[in-house]
Amino acid sequence: MTAAAPLLSIKNLSVGYEQDARVYPILDDISFAIAEGEVFGLVGESGCGKSMTAMSILKLFDATQIKVGGGEIVFGGRDLLALDDAAMRGIRTREIAMIFQDPMTSLNPVYTVGEQIAEAVREHLHLSPRAAWGAAEDAIAAVGIPDPKHSAKKYPHQLSGGMRQRVMIAMALSCQPKLLIADEPTTALDVTVQHQIISLILQMQTQYKMAVLLITHDLGLVAETAARLGVMYAGNMVEIGDTASVFANPQHPYTQGLISCIPNLHTQQDELAAIDGSVPSLQEVRTGCLFAPRCPQRMAVCTTTQPSLAAAPSIATNHQSACWLHQPHPPNPTPAAP
Amino acid sequence: MTLLEVKQLKTYFPVVSPLLKRKTGEIRAVDGVSFSLPAGQTLALVGESGCGKTTTSRAIMQLAPITAGEVIFCGTPTTAPAFKTMRSKMQMIFQDPYASLNPRHTVLKIVEEPLQIYRKDLTRADRRRQVIDILAQTGLSADAVHKYPHEFSGGQRQRIAIARTLILQPSLIIADEPVSALDVSVQAQIINLLKNLQRTYQLGYLFISHDLGVVRHIADVVAIMYLGKIVELARVDDIFSNPQHPYTQRLLASIPIADPTRQRRSITIRGEAPSPQFPPSGCAFHPRCEQATAQCQQQTPALRALATTTPTSAAAAEHHAACHLL
Repeated sequence: MTAAAPLLSIKNLSVGYEQDARVYPILDDISFAIAEGEVFGLVGESGCGKSMTAMSILKLFDATQIKVGGGEIVFGGRDLLALDDAAMRGIRTREIAMIFQDPMTSLNPVYTVGEQIAEAVREHLHLSPRAAWGAAEDAIAAVGIPDPKHSAKKYPHQLSGGMRQRVMIAMALSCQPKLLIADEPTTALDVTVQHQIISLILQMQTQYKMAVLLITHDLGLVAETAARLGVMYAGNMVEIGDTASVFANPQHPYTQGLISCIPNLHTQQDELAAIDGSVPSLQEVRTGCLFAPRCPQRMAVCTTTQPSLAAAPSIATNHQSACWLHQPHPPNPTPAAP
Repeated sequence: MTLLEVKQLKTYFPVVSPLLKRKTGEIRAVDGVSFSLPAGQTLALVGESGCGKTTTSRAIMQLAPITAGEVIFCGTPTTAPAFKTMRSKMQMIFQDPYASLNPRHTVLKIVEEPLQIYRKDLTRADRRRQVIDILAQTGLSADAVHKYPHEFSGGQRQRIAIARTLILQPSLIIADEPVSALDVSVQAQIINLLKNLQRTYQLGYLFISHDLGVVRHIADVVAIMYLGKIVELARVDDIFSNPQHPYTQRLLASIPIADPTRQRRSITIRGEAPSPQFPPSGCAFHPRCEQATAQCQQQTPALRALATTTPTSAAAAEHHAACHLL
């Protein structure tokens, strides 16, 4: 692997949900890359496919219903989609670890937290039970849980939400993965605890030189943590670029709307900006740009042809958006094109 | 005119040991909360989970027991027999529009049910006309009446829930986290709707939320709660521009700001909120407060008006805080 090659590279990934012999698209031609040690934010509303992207990377989905339509997920030179189950088990936690939104449902209630971390360590690093327990205690201490020797013997219900999420982080980092996928890691937590958990993730990221894929609906969180971000809408990547560039100069009308409808803490507006309508359902027929029905700047071409990601002129080349406002329109088809 | 007055409200839940079969302790969910809400205004109750904001609202609605204290609605205590006739003027919107609407009822049935109970004089056609009117007010079309809740998105469901509370023409709406289950783009639509309805109908809102960004835009007065008590109470601008209580200051500093050019704030709050079953001595916030003194560990500070209040503000809008340091 050359130094320039990204750690994770997703190319033209399409994933669909199969029902009654029809396939409904969940992810449609998603491409992005994460460099080693980088924090990449994936933002969007519920149902936009951001969690499905994470599940696809680790192949944590029910293959009887979810079908990969095409594309590749290259991690460290290997295409994860081509790996079999045994090889995938070697990747999970060892190289790519994940933490989930709700730490109560992702921990096993009948084992102590120490046993659960030790199990992961034994499975992946092949340590003796005694050494694995020691590693679990070290991991618990590293995430700032007080009294690690005693805390390791506690069950999940004896810990608070913030402490449980620390346990999840300890488990995820116990094998020092190269990539941490954090799917809404702080959404179930109070705002004061949220700050502590995000600080912890960033501290671990620097310490272990680990890349982080941060999935969230909270633009504030992304602005504070991620170097680059991707904005998803209804299974499409609509904008991608450096965080500073995207916030300073949002190109896609959806990104613009999303940024302007965050209630601002410092000024009181009489009327909050809102995006009319709601996210289209999976079952809807898809033609043209999927945001077009809600878009204030809709043109005729938007309802017929779907735009793809392209760098906007006069903006940094690594800042791309999928919007006809910033791209030359397709030459022929649309009769109603202006 | 004061629409709602809450005086020293306390709600304690007994802790019963299953082994000893007797009360072994109590959880002081709400511990001496007082505030008043003028007609047509919004008071926001803000705090982290477990601070008692929902229990306060439920005690006001008589959905939770009142251990001590009083709730006075339009001059009538909720315990007085006369309150029964005013009960319908106080309505509630819940957090989760997926759980608060009966999935087996059509929208017509859901929204007209309060009329069937309180307005027995109306005919079926009258009720239907009123339902369609009120749905239009909340941004839903008339053909929604024969649909079921599952046919609507989260934001539209919350509109149905709002229509149901408005149908009896209430003067007070208690909204318990009405937008926290919604996506940010839809959240803004619902907040704008609530503000417009407030202007049209002169509604008073008791708005429960943990999201200070939302509160900034809807509230006139903000009460910050911590472990069953109000620690700071002030007009919305004063809370945001000049927070006094150390907890309010930390809470504001913890919120991520959607602006990458801004330096990430380093002030953080240590530890987590303690259990209301075993509250710390003195000021409940002292174990997490960097400025805590010996006095904070021993004495519980009372909520009192601050001398720094701007002289122009009216008596009801004074800045109150419960902290020994102020």
